[in-house]
Amino acid sequence: MDNLDQLEQQSVYIFREAFRHFERLCMLWSIGKDSTVLLWLARKAFFGHVPFPLVHIDTSYKLPEMITYRDKLALEYKLTMIVGQNADAIKAGRTFPATQHLPDGHPDKVSRLECCGLLKKDALANTLNGVWPRQKLNLKTGRYELDPDRAPYHGVIVGARADEEGSRSKERYFSPRDKNSAWDIGEQPPEFWNQFKTDFAPGTHVRIHPLLDWTELHIWEYIKRENIPTVSLYYDQGSGTRYRSLGCGPCQAPIQSQAKNVDQIIDELKSGKLKNIAERSGRLQDGKHGLEELRREGYM
Amino acid sequence: MTVPARDQMSIVIVGHVDYGKSTVVGRLFADTGSLPEGKLEAVRKECARTGKPFEYAFLLDALSDEQDQGITIDTARSFFKTAKRDYIIIDAPGHIEFLKNMISGAARAEAAVLVIDAKEGIRENSRRHGYLLSMLGVRKIVVAVNKMDLVNRDKAHFRKIESDFRSFLKSIGSPDPEQFIPISAITGENLSNPSDQMLWYRGPTLLSALDQFEKAPAKGDRPLRFPVQAIYKFAAEGDDRRIVAGRIESGRVKVGDRVVFSPSNKSSVIKNIEAFNAPTRHTIEAGWSTGFTLTEEIYITRGELMTHETAPPLVSTRFRANMIWLGKKPFEKNKDYKLKIHTQAVSVRLIEINKLVDATSSGEQGTRPFVGRHDVADVTVETRQPIAFDDISQGEATARFVVVDGYDIAGGGIIIAAEKDNQENFREEARLRDFHWIKGGVTAAERGRRFGHPAALVMFVGKTGVGKHRLARAVEKTLFESGRAAYMLDGTNVLLGVDSDMIWAQSTQQELVRRFAEVAHLLLDAGLLVVSTTNAIGLADVASVQALIPDFPVLTVEIRGEGGISSADMHLTGQETELDSAQKVTDLLTSRQILQ
Repeated sequence: MDNLDQLEQQSVYIFREAFRHFERLCMLWSIGKDSTVLLWLARKAFFGHVPFPLVHIDTSYKLPEMITYRDKLALEYKLTMIVGQNADAIKAGRTFPATQHLPDGHPDKVSRLECCGLLKKDALANTLNGVWPRQKLNLKTGRYELDPDRAPYHGVIVGARADEEGSRSKERYFSPRDKNSAWDIGEQPPEFWNQFKTDFAPGTHVRIHPLLDWTELHIWEYIKRENIPTVSLYYDQGSGTRYRSLGCGPCQAPIQSQAKNVDQIIDELKSGKLKNIAERSGRLQDGKHGLEELRREGYM
Repeated sequence: MTVPARDQMSIVIVGHVDYGKSTVVGRLFADTGSLPEGKLEAVRKECARTGKPFEYAFLLDALSDEQDQGITIDTARSFFKTAKRDYIIIDAPGHIEFLKNMISGAARAEAAVLVIDAKEGIRENSRRHGYLLSMLGVRKIVVAVNKMDLVNRDKAHFRKIESDFRSFLKSIGSPDPEQFIPISAITGENLSNPSDQMLWYRGPTLLSALDQFEKAPAKGDRPLRFPVQAIYKFAAEGDDRRIVAGRIESGRVKVGDRVVFSPSNKSSVIKNIEAFNAPTRHTIEAGWSTGFTLTEEIYITRGELMTHETAPPLVSTRFRANMIWLGKKPFEKNKDYKLKIHTQAVSVRLIEINKLVDATSSGEQGTRPFVGRHDVADVTVETRQPIAFDDISQGEATARFVVVDGYDIAGGGIIIAAEKDNQENFREEARLRDFHWIKGGVTAAERGRRFGHPAALVMFVGKTGVGKHRLARAVEKTLFESGRAAYMLDGTNVLLGVDSDMIWAQSTQQELVRRFAEVAHLLLDAGLLVVSTTNAIGLADVASVQALIPDFPVLTVEIRGEGGISSADMHLTGQETELDSAQKVTDLLTSRQILQ
């Protein structure tokens, strides 16, 4: 059993514990490499099935290829696909891209971080608790329809990795969130061996992290080993650049790289060329403390 | 071909606050070149700006919370690499208030570095940490005696700490640490580079001591332990597999093996090893989260332990354990808690505190009626239903448990030994009987499909004359008329026949219970819903009946005029109409998923 096998076994175990203990369980799927590996691991855990809904928060600024890829896989794997959105903010133009042209200090100007708060954090919290409407993919027609199910989710599986960025290294496999989706880092219950926090007070929810021990390199090695389909944005299409981490179009920058396929990305990661560049360095909203503040308030 | 993934080991760094753990980790990061570019410079700049002297510890302070308080509050996980392998480093907090975070980190570590302050010597928290590492099962320990620069790098001083701590660890039965290493994290001596000022020390540096640790060998050669995590039948797209899912904690199993499940004593044979996007296997061993289909479909539930018949686990309601309590409220007697062990969850009570271990000295402390926060104790507990487990010398995952108080895990520990309860002999009888039971040509699942329900025993209990017989008859009749295979077993009938050889003066209650339960067991094996009523067998005997019938649900209905709390599954006053009583019992059977 090699290292990837070991990581896979632990992730599968966590998935099954989550499925057992949370009747209202969902998984966040950002369409990125990590949560797509997560989706694959769910199919490993449940012998080819995905017995809970996948939730995607659509900021409306995701690159079109990501949305196409999302729906293609959802139809192919027969997923229960739920999409949530802060439709009001998008409609009212309360976003960073829509107010970018305004001068600094203008009262209507929305910063990158505020935009993340509105389109991701708020949309996520209100989609999970069912306060805002959810759209569900009709697998027969391929269209999204209003989901009559508005019950809150109590267990939320996410693809956070401990090595990705400082605050994520503080997560447990099962991390509780309070009624306001807030994360009390100092008062997390203990996690002994493989006994996780599976009891929760009404109104609270638990974030479940099957990928916590994986690194960026593990993710790519696993994608290669299992032949998992990924979006082409991760690969150099001839411009000499590629995306290393996927977010919203206006707030992400590609990295200089000529890696054109999974093998070349693995080689690049192993060569140490990217060793000194943080994985999320292309994510322009990541400030010193900003991201952690957002995470405490419920951002993923 | 894929190059095999690099070897990885998770290590935990523990030690009292201010002993320099973060500095050790910061140094290891910097020395192995594992920091992102610019991080070191950024921290140096930040220190210059705020007028603080630069420390390697600042590198780890990713969270504002920590920087404010100046302590590491959680098991921050990060990664560093040596030529030999990648390390996941879990920097566990040393402050006593954050003990639960230290435990969360240490419980998943393969090896530990315990940091002791050379100047402070061995303190309470170092002892507690030593004890906890031992209890949590961390076997590879290196002790780093830090701040040697503050004690003139004195050899005798170091040796004294080493011998004192070794004898403490020995006194609590902890494994002997591989190495004691004198270090100075602040000056970088004996971390990755040997110190040129402590030439009296000829052992390895901290980094090479870590690299010398070998990964624990796979547990494939030990007896099979497979806790049932779930039974899946997804039924989507024509998938009719019924898969018993879980992780093999030790041993191996192959297609065609006969396996037994404890505590239910049921058995079957492995038909297939199931997996998604993986080649077919005929054998599988410890470490794999897998799933099996069985040749004979049997009713089993999560929490049962699948093993080979030759090496079954312990089954009891009582065991003795070493544990640590972390809850804000103490662990008390006469209160129900939830025990979680492997995949089993069951109601539990504290029966006895055998010993409270005091970390302030190596001795023991006087008794107290409860186990308080941060106490380490030797306790006896009792579960409501029998569970399958091992003692710590025989297993790991099957000997480790946690106790949940309210919504949170409040304590955890390891089982030292099973203790005798009153049902032990019956349980042994049932195990022998069930493992050698000759099965007919019709399986329980087939009977269940024909009858529309599995078998179960509903026992009416209560004093003579409260109306048990009348209500049991009504329940039998109602069930039968709604198409169920029901049978009323009156205890009198067992007395008249099976018990007719018993000489009353010499008979024991135990033998009465045994015969009654064995008769019921035969009827249950025939797939029936058995509704029993007897004056001779009361609530006090239910545990014995359950011990003899581990493979079928046993539900109790107590009939008692007066109020108060009943330990039965259902309580009737005897004033209810027959129809009403029958409906209530039907509802109970539905809530336990025996009836649809």
